[in-house]
Amino acid sequence: MTSTMKPAAAQQDTALTIGGHEFRSRLLVGTGKYRTNEDMIATLEACGADVVTVAVRRVDLNRTNEESLLHFLDPDRWFLLANTAGCYSADEAVRYARLAREAGFNDFIKLEVIGDQETLLPDVEGLLEATRTLVAEGFTVLAYTNDDVVTALKLEDAGAAAIMPLASPIGSGLGLLNPYGIRTIKHRLSVPIIVDAGVGTASDACLTMEQGVDGILMNTALAEAGRPAVMGRAMRLAVEAGRAAYLAGRMPRREIAVPSSPVAGMLDRPTP
Amino acid sequence: MTELTVTINGERRRVPGPATAQSLLEHLGLDPRGVVVELNEEIVRRPQLGDTAIDDGDRIEVVHFVGGG
Repeated sequence: MTSTMKPAAAQQDTALTIGGHEFRSRLLVGTGKYRTNEDMIATLEACGADVVTVAVRRVDLNRTNEESLLHFLDPDRWFLLANTAGCYSADEAVRYARLAREAGFNDFIKLEVIGDQETLLPDVEGLLEATRTLVAEGFTVLAYTNDDVVTALKLEDAGAAAIMPLASPIGSGLGLLNPYGIRTIKHRLSVPIIVDAGVGTASDACLTMEQGVDGILMNTALAEAGRPAVMGRAMRLAVEAGRAAYLAGRMPRREIAVPSSPVAGMLDRPTP
Repeated sequence: MTELTVTINGERRRVPGPATAQSLLEHLGLDPRGVVVELNEEIVRRPQLGDTAIDDGDRIEVVHFVGGG
């Protein structure tokens, strides 16, 4: 820190805590779609995330010499958060979650139950059903959901450890479409709120964190950036900046201008 | 030495028998520490791989972690 200004807000912040685990970074990132594993690792390093998501898929039996993801991704360095991406029913998501837990790293699951192929928006009924089942089986459920506070409240009530409302559809890069919805979810729930999906660039991440949410999960914004590791640094700074701005408390919005310099003491004018 | 016909990750394959989940992974050249095995839709826990017999007609899924968001 070369500046003499102390980041007071950052110092007062608490750690992101989900399911009893403390994480250093409020930026969580995916590991999909990178052009190379080297790009992925450089980006993970640059963005400072300590939670990284992974998917469960069949081993390709015809290419068994292919080096697995875990050859690149040290599970002692990063907290592996398995997802149920691609699952379209509660039963399917529960099956994937059980397989993921059996890998032996942790009992966290990023629960996705998708309801529509074109938008990848969640199937709320399936999501609630799968959340109840997995919570009963001892999973720490982070539920990917839409920006609807009623669903979020039901997921919290069902025992989800964190709620992950979308900023905009997965992989769209459209940014934060409903700041009000996200703020409402944050105000009404007690569990951590991690905005997941839709962030496209650093300003999106900053604006999202300024709503007061506890963190952001992103993948495509990094993996499809022209230079993923450079975007990784940008996202780290944006998440930190947005968090600090939220903690600092922004000035009120006004419809009229208010001078920043004194009105009094102007030449050739009477003293007010 | 018998042969078993099983379905592994959706592919019908002939594998040497008698087999256990453990010997099947070895036959496939897979390290058990890096994969999770499901036998007829039931997970086989890693310590049980060597005690879990594979029968003719079994459906086996072998999964691992890949990049994802």
